[in-house]
Amino acid sequence: MTAVQAAVRGRAARGRGADRGVSFLLLPALIPVLIFSVGPLLYGIYLSFTDARGGRNAVVSFVGLKNFGEVLTDGDFWSSFKIGLIWAVSVTVLQFAAALGLALLLNSDLRLRGLARALAMAPWAMPPIVIGLMWRLVYHPNAGILNATLRDAHVIGHNVDWLNNFGTALPAIIVVGVWTGMPQTTVVLLAGLQGVASELHEAAAVDGAGVWRRFWSITLPQLRPVIIAITSLDFVWNINQFAMVYALTQGGPGGRTRLPMLFAYEEAFRYGFFGYAAALGVAITIVVLVVLGLYLWRQMRENA
Amino acid sequence: MSKPLKYVALLAYLVFLGFPLLWLLSTSFKTQREMATLHPRWIPHHPTLSNFTDAFSTQDLTGSALRSLVVALSVAVITVVLALPAAYALARHRSLLNRVAIGWVLVSQVFPVMLIIIPLFMILRRLDLVNTLPGLILVHVTFTLPFALWMLQGYVRGVPRELEEAAAVDGAGRLRTLVRVIAPLLTPGVIATLLFAFISSWNEFFFALVILKDPDKATLPLTLVKFTGAEQAARLGPLAAASVLATIPSLIFFAVIQRRLRSGLTAGAVKG
Repeated sequence: MTAVQAAVRGRAARGRGADRGVSFLLLPALIPVLIFSVGPLLYGIYLSFTDARGGRNAVVSFVGLKNFGEVLTDGDFWSSFKIGLIWAVSVTVLQFAAALGLALLLNSDLRLRGLARALAMAPWAMPPIVIGLMWRLVYHPNAGILNATLRDAHVIGHNVDWLNNFGTALPAIIVVGVWTGMPQTTVVLLAGLQGVASELHEAAAVDGAGVWRRFWSITLPQLRPVIIAITSLDFVWNINQFAMVYALTQGGPGGRTRLPMLFAYEEAFRYGFFGYAAALGVAITIVVLVVLGLYLWRQMRENA
Repeated sequence: MSKPLKYVALLAYLVFLGFPLLWLLSTSFKTQREMATLHPRWIPHHPTLSNFTDAFSTQDLTGSALRSLVVALSVAVITVVLALPAAYALARHRSLLNRVAIGWVLVSQVFPVMLIIIPLFMILRRLDLVNTLPGLILVHVTFTLPFALWMLQGYVRGVPRELEEAAAVDGAGRLRTLVRVIAPLLTPGVIATLLFAFISSWNEFFFALVILKDPDKATLPLTLVKFTGAEQAARLGPLAAASVLATIPSLIFFAVIQRRLRSGLTAGAVKG
């Protein structure tokens, strides 16, 4: 670097003399993330092109696109992936609708607001495993409160085994997913609502716009960036969900709730197909990025 | 919407959010006989504490709770010690690295842990850290760091740069400024980040499942899941009791920091 360049750089950034100091401050945080997160990520992509197995001294050889070819024709994976998409999309949409309603209520002056706020936070503080176990108790065929209540109300004649029934297992865990994700979504939407300029509302009210009209024409458009951000994040979190479903159903009955993460976990750590499971990870990432990209692109275009 | 209608809606939310929690509590106080024979009801017939004592004696709950405590405390302290200098550097020196770091926080959300866990497992195996608590601590720290960094740098930005300059003018050295001026102002942020890291680690299940194979090493979430193995109605009481106990620490922490954590998150969001 020439002296002139150095001088320019030095002037451009205030206190560049401390440059070395800055990198020393960054290193302690940077090194573990690089070694145990960025590195494995790249290594994982490499593994997806190999036949790596779980054994300690297994010889790893490069197999090109073989794993991906198998992914494409693996019926079990695709049915698991379909379940994952149904799960992630339904939970994200329902979560958003429920959280928006709650955020609107919390944003108006009602009694019991504090209680609702505290309750809405509860799932956040709970270990996902405990959430799963708790809902197992709710859904339990004989000792659960759901069957007892529905039977008392004569909605059902006999006890239903919600989590072991082919037809009811997925809807049952979707309800739990919605319950679990309420806090983040509600908090973020509430923060967004509090940022909506009240002058706009007042002006619209003076002009005679009703509550619904103001919601559609002022609140929603103003919330739009927040909505896009939180629904995208929710979608990614949901499709990567593992612990809660593991505690609820372990993927059963007959794979009806086997989300892609559970499927890949079994391939890797039950059967030891490391290379194949890495390829599954890559495939899931690509599809998530495509879905997210399409969603964001559509939202941006509508916005413009 | 009219006010009564709003209250009906709010009540519906309260029921939906609250009833599973109440049912968990109710189940944890029920006797084995009541679970096996009676029609389920909200108020336990003969409330008992035996489920809680059972939970502690039948499974290695105390041991796994202690291990979880050791792991979560280590993760919290190590994360903050590593993240604090970096957060300070990122907040005070706007640079490319800054944007890269923030970008990584977001990117790391999108990549499925599945892609990272396999190579990570192989690395840990080579280091002989599989099936050890230090191995789990290492992984938890790595995955808590980006978000902790993001939270902390939001707090650092909340401390006006002018304060530092004023201290420098008054003749305070750089270190002295950090210790005497910046550190006290950052305390709430540091506490919030400590607690965030603690809860993330205390609640974490997936990495623990992969890394800790030995039942003697299991953390609390792993031990809890074992309760589902033998799920006769009689075992449900201890299961509920153990779940309640496992939630208490993070519930307490959350109650204490709820407001702070929320403001910390938004501080990072607005100024990030």
